[in-house]
Amino acid sequence: MAWRTQPVISPRSGVVAAIAIAALMAAALGAVLWRAEGGRGLGPADWSALRFTVVQAAVSALVSVALAVPVARALARRQFMGRGLLITLLGAPFILPVIVAVIGLLAVFGRNGWISTALGWAGFEPVHIYGFHGVVLAHVFFNLPLATRLVLQGWADIPAERFLLAAQVNADARAIRRLLEFPMLRQVLPGALAVIFAVCLTSFAVALMLGGGPRATTIELAIYQAFRFDFDLGRAALLALVQIALTLGAALMALRLGRGDGFGAGLDRPVRRWDANGLGLRALDAGVITLAAAFLLLPMGAIVANGLAGLSALPNSMFRAAGVSLGVALASAAVLLLLALPMAIAAATGRAATVETAGLLGLAVSSLVLGTGLFILIHPIASPAAFAWPVTALVNALMALPFALRILIPPAREVVRTQGRLAQSLAMPGLSFLRLVLLPRLRRQIGFAAGLGAALSMGDLGVIALFADADRATLPLQIYRLMGAYQMQAAAGGALLLLVLSLALFRTFDWLGARHADA
Amino acid sequence: MKYLAFAAGIFCATGLAAETPELTVYTYDSFVTEWGPGPAVKAAFEETCGCTLNFVAAGDGAALLARLRLEGARTEADVVLGLDTNLTAAARETGLFAPTEIEADYDLPVAWDDDTFIPYDWGYFAFVHAADMPAPQDFLELARSDLKIVIQDPRSSTPGLGLLMWVKAAYGDDAAQVWTDLADNIVTVTKGWSEAYGLFLDGEADMVLSYTTSPAYHIIAEDDTTKDAASFDEGHYVQIEVAGRLAASDQPELAEQFLNFMVSDAFQSVIPTTNWMYPAVTPAQGLPKGFDALVEPREALLIPEDQAQATRDTALAEWLGALSR
Amino acid sequence: MLTLDAITIENGGYAVQADLTIAPGQRVAVIGPSGAGKSTLLGGIAGFLPVPHGRILWRDAEITASTPGQRPVAMLFQDGNLFPHLTLAQNVGLGLRPDLRLSPEQRAQVDAALTRVGLSGLGARKPAALSGGQQSRAALARVLVQSRDILLLDEPFAALGPALKADMLDLVAEVCADTGATLLMVSHDPTDARRICSHAVLVADGQAHPPVETATLLNDPPPALRAYLGQDGLP
Repeated sequence: MAWRTQPVISPRSGVVAAIAIAALMAAALGAVLWRAEGGRGLGPADWSALRFTVVQAAVSALVSVALAVPVARALARRQFMGRGLLITLLGAPFILPVIVAVIGLLAVFGRNGWISTALGWAGFEPVHIYGFHGVVLAHVFFNLPLATRLVLQGWADIPAERFLLAAQVNADARAIRRLLEFPMLRQVLPGALAVIFAVCLTSFAVALMLGGGPRATTIELAIYQAFRFDFDLGRAALLALVQIALTLGAALMALRLGRGDGFGAGLDRPVRRWDANGLGLRALDAGVITLAAAFLLLPMGAIVANGLAGLSALPNSMFRAAGVSLGVALASAAVLLLLALPMAIAAATGRAATVETAGLLGLAVSSLVLGTGLFILIHPIASPAAFAWPVTALVNALMALPFALRILIPPAREVVRTQGRLAQSLAMPGLSFLRLVLLPRLRRQIGFAAGLGAALSMGDLGVIALFADADRATLPLQIYRLMGAYQMQAAAGGALLLLVLSLALFRTFDWLGARHADA
Repeated sequence: MKYLAFAAGIFCATGLAAETPELTVYTYDSFVTEWGPGPAVKAAFEETCGCTLNFVAAGDGAALLARLRLEGARTEADVVLGLDTNLTAAARETGLFAPTEIEADYDLPVAWDDDTFIPYDWGYFAFVHAADMPAPQDFLELARSDLKIVIQDPRSSTPGLGLLMWVKAAYGDDAAQVWTDLADNIVTVTKGWSEAYGLFLDGEADMVLSYTTSPAYHIIAEDDTTKDAASFDEGHYVQIEVAGRLAASDQPELAEQFLNFMVSDAFQSVIPTTNWMYPAVTPAQGLPKGFDALVEPREALLIPEDQAQATRDTALAEWLGALSR
Repeated sequence: MLTLDAITIENGGYAVQADLTIAPGQRVAVIGPSGAGKSTLLGGIAGFLPVPHGRILWRDAEITASTPGQRPVAMLFQDGNLFPHLTLAQNVGLGLRPDLRLSPEQRAQVDAALTRVGLSGLGARKPAALSGGQQSRAALARVLVQSRDILLLDEPFAALGPALKADMLDLVAEVCADTGATLLMVSHDPTDARRICSHAVLVADGQAHPPVETATLLNDPPPALRAYLGQDGLP
């Protein structure tokens, strides 16, 4: 008989989840295409939008990841007071609604921002942030935290024993780079690049606002135009397909590049490092951490400063919206884990390509097109408003899925690789393996993924705008609505509330995961 | 027994529904916030109609129309409130709207004769700036100056489209050249009005595209007289916001009643200080104090509905061409 | 009786062939040069490596196609014999019920096994808090409660000092005596083999030879083994 290695736990449910996601996306796109009436194909303007989109996304991803490596390394090899809090705060830009973050960013880098003001005192021209470099700056601001966390996770996943071993052979910082860090980076970076590339591909408001004009037209804006300016659903769906092809192409390339050996199993002990005690390296790391903190936290500070005055002006609707957002965020985190865990298991037991591809779809599909598709599907059956929350929770979970998978797959693979054999020799059933080995071993990453998912869902405007009626608004939607009614101050207060709630959610999940994980 | 209980439930449900009919009104986001007209309008109408008024907010005017087109005749909307004169042609073309009999003594800068849509408020697009700053007299002076402006993208924003039509109405075939000259004044282009106005308030630009009525908000709500709208010699483009009722509505009488209510004092007196636009019918007590301080454009520009669609596409191409260089 | 009926075990690029039987309850050392395929032989018997040709039988029942957990085999690896996040008691308990829903009797059995290997009272500790010797003992406690018919040791004590290793081997012998298990033990050290194994299987050049008495093999090693053992192997 044909002899096959049986995986210690079945990849079936993960593959089913992946197929279900792909089917949902296909149904949504199909619905949009089905409702399309004639329309024209892609024109020259669409192709130049495509070019701009790819170039800005690629540059943004490269810069984000290149900067993330020194920051993550500095954070990985330094212990200091408030390190955990700093890491949480550094994650904040990623989970903020675009408009809130951009206003914070402009408070620092804008024509009237702190830097320009300081330059003005010194008799210089203000910095000109609007243009291609502004788009990249904003995308780095949004994605540096994500890149840093992904790379930092890579460092954390190198077992402490490897560092002990390295210290044993008296490896210096350079030798550690070669022995441990480069191989780890080779595994981690392609995935991080692909994810950030995908995030930036679907960017729209940031690119437009900081790009300085229609030169900075992205595919997502072209979709927007097709949808609401020309009501050309066919073109919207076509552009969405182009976006999917681009994202998946990049992702598959990255996955291919990212293949490599893991680091083997190790008993968990806190990492102590002996290789980076030199004064020069300490100063370098301190400098890197300070710069990154300043870059990411100053705009946060501006949001806080702007928002404090608005807090007292917050209307009740804002608190109701905050409650809605919290509920949606928790539901979204739950859906996220229900999808991501089986998919991570499937990837760990050899179905990586299927799972990672399906996982990226959530990012690759324009939320406008996805939302519209779901709207078309739901509308004949029920009132879309009744589905506003579930659909938002689901779509937000899908958007967070690629991040959750990047967080969960490497350790899941490691656990299956190192402990699957023992479990098999014990005839451990798949569910027991899940309950006794996989879940406890992945606690830290599960907490991180759930926290990220919940926080992202908090801040995402997503598809709620298409579905919600007056009473079902989420916090970001309510902020937008207040801004539209001249209530800039109340909106700023709402943004601060959102910032605090998102970080608190993230921190709570992260902490829950880390608390019971073995040190 | 079960069947009886079920039947009784159905009976009660329909009985209740018959007692208080529901009117569903689709509108844009800012209309339904507690600072918008929504709450006051709902309270006032429900007082007289013996019904429940439900607002469903869907983005802005263009998003409203897109949503209607998606829903088609199956839409739950009885009334759509918040389309503007740039959208009425496309809205009419869908065939989803029912004609209305309502007529009123409109105070609009242009003559109004429409059998489907009724206007409820209007405003002039204008560049808002700090009051202590000398403002340009027209687009050409603006283009020659070093002033920095923030505008909205016509593809994603109603005011953005309004500006496009404004320049086109004022300059016709020279519009492309005007845009080319304006290019170096434009700091950036935003997705919507909120972002642009936020940027302006944060000092990112000297002027922002908004409405002549915007300073009224600052004067009345914030007691702040530091904002002004620039009066341009070319005239100002008019935005008239309209409502219409849907042919497929299951509450046609109630919908018509609501449209009638919209041109009444109860509705119109709410508009100036909640939607910050001119009411379509000046209420009995006149305009609130603060509106008298606003600039009065010497000419109102409006491209007629039947030309709007074609003009829009040409103007967009010119705009993209001029600003993409 | 463990029967390896003309089997070929594949491990990546190379293969090991075996055609031999081992009597129940026998303690057998697996000896041979490095890279000859000792671990491959054990991996094949345990079910971790494919056996495309031949049959493996235990007590006349074929187990060639069984999954590792279905086989009457307990195995200790060079490392990774304990789950680092579970307590010792949980790790041992896995040998009774892999889903860890233990009855009070089973808990008592776990405690007894820990006491038997000299870890009384340490059930709540996690592996990282133990010495290497204690970790080995805990793994043996699990083997004890598993009470499988066949015990495979792939050098689990290689990292221990001579005295500690001797203790462990004695403990293994006791465990085998307690459970009546058949033992196959990879060893690099002839003294280990002499200490507890009556018989030895020589693995050389991709071929596992039928067991012979340990003393016979070591006293007059064939050329391949002689070169590997050097002078130390001789009496």
